[in-house]
Amino acid sequence: MNHLQKQKTGPVIHIVKRENLSVRRQWLIRGLALTGALLSGALLILALGHNPLAVYRDMLAGALGSPTVRRETVKIAVPLLITAIGVSLAFKMRFWNIGAEGQFLMGAVAAGCFAFFMYDRMPRPVLIFVMLVAGMAGGGIYGMIPAFFKAKWGTNETLFTLMLNYIALVLVQYLQNGPWKAPKSQFPKMPMLDDRARLSKILGVHWGWVMALVLVVLFYFYLTRTKQGYEIAVTGDSIHTARYAGIPINLVIIRTMFLSGALAGLAAVFQVAGSDYTITEGTAGGVGFTAITAAWMARLNPFGMLAASVFIAILERGSNKIQTTFKIPSSASEVLTGMILFFMLGCEFFMNYKLVNSRRRRENP
Amino acid sequence: MNTLLNLAAAAVLAGTPLLLGTLGEILTEKSGNINLGVEGMMFMGAIAGLSVPFFYEQLTLEAGASPSGTAGALMALAASFAAGAFGALIYGFLTITLHADQNVTGLTLTIFGTGLGNFFGEYLGYQAGGYAALGEELKSAFHNLSIPGLSQIPVLGKLLFQYNWMVYFAVILALAMNHFLRRTRLGLNLRAVGEDPAAADAAGINTTRYQYTAVIIGGGICGIGGMYMSMVTTSGVWVHNCVSGYGWLSVALVIFSVWNPARALLAAVIFGGLTVLRLYLPIPGMPIQIYEMLPYAVTILVLIASSIRQRRENMQPKSCGVNYFREER
Amino acid sequence: MNHTGKNVVRMTNITKTFGTSTADRNVDLELYKGEILALLGENGSGKTTLMNILAGIYFPDSGTIEVQGQEVQIRSPRDAFQLGIGMIHQHFKLVDVLTAGENIVLGLPGPLYVDRKEINRKVQELASRYGFDLEPEKKIYNMSVSEKQTVEILKALYRGADILILDEPTAVLTPQETQKLFNVLRNMKEDGKSIIIITHKLHEVLAISDRAVILRKGENAGTVDTLSTTQEELTEKMVGRAVSLAIERPQVPRGKEMLRVSELTCLGPDRGKILDRVSFSAYAGEILGIAGISGSGQKELCEAVAGLYPVSGGSILYNCQTSHGRKMENITGWPSGRIYQQGISMAFVPEDRLGMGLAPSMDMVDNVMLRSYRSTPGLFLNRKKPREISRRLIQELDIQTPGISTPVRRLSGGNVQKILLGREISNDPSVLIAAYPVRGLDIQTSYKIYHMLGEQKKKGTAVIFLGEDLDVLMELSDKILVLCDGKASKVMDPKEVSKEEIGMMMLHFGWTPRHQEVNP
Repeated sequence: MNHLQKQKTGPVIHIVKRENLSVRRQWLIRGLALTGALLSGALLILALGHNPLAVYRDMLAGALGSPTVRRETVKIAVPLLITAIGVSLAFKMRFWNIGAEGQFLMGAVAAGCFAFFMYDRMPRPVLIFVMLVAGMAGGGIYGMIPAFFKAKWGTNETLFTLMLNYIALVLVQYLQNGPWKAPKSQFPKMPMLDDRARLSKILGVHWGWVMALVLVVLFYFYLTRTKQGYEIAVTGDSIHTARYAGIPINLVIIRTMFLSGALAGLAAVFQVAGSDYTITEGTAGGVGFTAITAAWMARLNPFGMLAASVFIAILERGSNKIQTTFKIPSSASEVLTGMILFFMLGCEFFMNYKLVNSRRRRENP
Repeated sequence: MNTLLNLAAAAVLAGTPLLLGTLGEILTEKSGNINLGVEGMMFMGAIAGLSVPFFYEQLTLEAGASPSGTAGALMALAASFAAGAFGALIYGFLTITLHADQNVTGLTLTIFGTGLGNFFGEYLGYQAGGYAALGEELKSAFHNLSIPGLSQIPVLGKLLFQYNWMVYFAVILALAMNHFLRRTRLGLNLRAVGEDPAAADAAGINTTRYQYTAVIIGGGICGIGGMYMSMVTTSGVWVHNCVSGYGWLSVALVIFSVWNPARALLAAVIFGGLTVLRLYLPIPGMPIQIYEMLPYAVTILVLIASSIRQRRENMQPKSCGVNYFREER
Repeated sequence: MNHTGKNVVRMTNITKTFGTSTADRNVDLELYKGEILALLGENGSGKTTLMNILAGIYFPDSGTIEVQGQEVQIRSPRDAFQLGIGMIHQHFKLVDVLTAGENIVLGLPGPLYVDRKEINRKVQELASRYGFDLEPEKKIYNMSVSEKQTVEILKALYRGADILILDEPTAVLTPQETQKLFNVLRNMKEDGKSIIIITHKLHEVLAISDRAVILRKGENAGTVDTLSTTQEELTEKMVGRAVSLAIERPQVPRGKEMLRVSELTCLGPDRGKILDRVSFSAYAGEILGIAGISGSGQKELCEAVAGLYPVSGGSILYNCQTSHGRKMENITGWPSGRIYQQGISMAFVPEDRLGMGLAPSMDMVDNVMLRSYRSTPGLFLNRKKPREISRRLIQELDIQTPGISTPVRRLSGGNVQKILLGREISNDPSVLIAAYPVRGLDIQTSYKIYHMLGEQKKKGTAVIFLGEDLDVLMELSDKILVLCDGKASKVMDPKEVSKEEIGMMMLHFGWTPRHQEVNP
């Protein structure tokens, strides 16, 4: 038989599933992946003709080197963390909310209605409170729109939420060109917030960082201990099971997406009233996407997201620094974030599967 | 009448990058992989397609020779294909070989590719001392053609025979892909892999090879679509964030064209038209932002409409989003 | 049969593990030319895994395979069919949206273009040679189970397979279709093909095979000549001890009418009637068996009653305990959550255990509280009681698990089913619907499940049992109903009809037994 001779011999690398890898090994693999990503980044830096060590050191110095820059880093991390918690709720339900960017902007606009136009009509604590509520409502309602269609007809939420990002961005452009344009400005931009609409500081940074820490703990318990968190988890695990269990799936999807969007909106209020003091097209600045990365790096665990957000904030701050020192464009942070997540995604494989040389095993069974 | 004609011609020009992105994603999804990294791959193609001719131009000028437009165009084509294919290779390695989640990997590719495009775009600007722009000779290779005889036919000449070469390239690609998927044995096998990899595997098809090939070529086509943005849309100048959502629109157009390359032609022209509508049908007093919102709003409407009416024959290949592991049980 | 004849396949010392569980340990198997070999074993005994290794789906950890006397490595299904090995999997490996002809030529080398006319001609020719009926232009998703099986067999033959493996081919066929299949297999044997048929049905082994290889818990448990063996010997080898194959049917007096379904009509996704005016009642202390070929509306019937499938006509009445005594409550169209909240204790063990009955990546505690988590007050979950129930179920039902916090998808099929059934009966249901509760389970677990159903019946539950194995169905049930194409027969006494008659009713709605035509 002709085809019998065609049989190849030699080693066969073979993939098999593995179970119950120890936690220490898992962290070891993740650590290796992170190292791999940083090494790949180093290669890129080297290719541009810089010393990777010097660049990395400069990044660290730019992000953590002095109290001033440390505060800036925290200011980046706070909205990122809150938004990441938001998207993680949707992801836990396997609802691909990549519209946090838009929900963030809508939160900013909703809060802006009060911050720009009503700041003199109420006492400051009330104003801040109203801004927070408006921000959450704005982001939340914007998040509910795709959820409604998903629940009713199963409309593809990935693209829906994404398109809403662009629409929110266009809305902000419209506002800054027309109705909300700063009266004396020649350029299309909105005015700066009145002092009364700005957040007070704790330890040099607006108090949003305290809120972010509280939210981490709160949502850890929300996801693991409450009925609503349980409903999200069951719905995400198997939608048929959720239906079977009598979980009102449509309600869960819409409610969870409200929360998800509301958190993005809340993050926006901290960004606007605590850091930027105005609204621009760049207010969101990609935080909706970076939040997805942070959520995924942390495997949707709120405490993990705290670490991931701080880490990404360091990268972003550091990239600004190396832009001035080395003339390396600041988009380097996105490139690095992407690489890290690539490595993180890849390393999961080595936790779930192992490679076996089946030929060798065949000979000594 | 003249306005409509101009609008139609502009729609074709604006729709071509969408068409390329859509075709790339259709091929990818036909293999059972949903790659949300189209935007990223287009960015990678855009920067590669611009920078390779840019350096070629610099080198030939330094050597005292004059660059050739055709050579530059071919380099742009090859480089953008390679860059898009490289992005797709990362995606493919992670999802096909390492079984990573397709959605997250695709999103990451978008973040990575966008970053990489802008990173090198700015870097190129630093190198050129300001911003990176191509010379006339290379730019003219992407200008609209004038075909003797044909381009002068009234109406039809304008409508069909006066575009740049990439438009014709994209149209031929769409028709060829349609033919490939419907008629050929390889096309049949590819569809089987996308629908049911276990069945295709049991029938003796090397699913891994088909998936890699489709994902990589699909990514390369998306890369070429990105190159159109940097070479035609922005005329050989790097503009920060130049792809600006075209990749995502392409992903949506795949649904609109029900995974059919021939219908993608129509979808791309319609959406191309929506993106340029404000230049041709201005309504006094209407803020331009309404026009800018149109393609995205229409996409949402299309998504909703297609989710309400679903037919078995016109659906996403069934294994999209699920990675295949033969020994799963 | 000539045992000294040429062996076409010889598997030696095959071992295959999945994660921590071993599917096959040092298994040997020989297949001779022109014979039908039965590979017999319980569910989970490693027979399908062994054949998947021969078909190139799995790669063995160790052991050697020889085909036609030559040692070979089978790394993919492609390698297998180049060696002339074709396998018909239990879950058909066909691409739904393609036609029969396209599926048959899929993946074969050939010219650039697919010549559909030529293919259809060749397929037709092959089909008529072995006595199959087939429309090559028909799409797979429009086909019945037995048509799909025909496509699978033709696919293997078209590729020139002379070693055919069939994995539980009769599991989804009616007795009549089974007879037809067996005739085809005999034709193929005459043609010089060698056939392996995987089964756990003893009478089929005796009816069709020349030899039988028996596996038990992943190891060889003997090889016998069919002519010189008996059902008892086969059973003993398969289970490892003598077991009684009789299913106990405790006799209890029939109680109140608990569930009344009348004229129930449901529409399928294509707006056609998937259930057409189905009527029946279920009584306390009785097991109502429902038979039918797969896809006759069983799934929709269960789900409609459980409040999971939209009802477009007819009514479902449920005997409820209210403050004013018992009454028949109309629960038509109530969603499952409302049914539970109204205090109706209907238990439902769905067909798709991990896809519908359980949340696969959650642990046992979280799965046990799936239906009852809402019953405690407040915003927070109370895991105390579910934890106690979990521990109790592990004890009572002998569930093998590393602990209550292991995700249920890591457990074996039998243990998964015990958790599901255990949870459902733990809140004392008055109606229990069990859809294919023993599918894929080993004999011991299956009998344990039958026993549990019997116990429920004794406690006065109305049990509705959907089964595939007609022998079991008729032995276990007190009443039997046949679904055919969405329509229901009248309720019958299983003692008064024969298996063949039930088979005819499964195929043709309205067929009524005429006793003179039945074989004496």
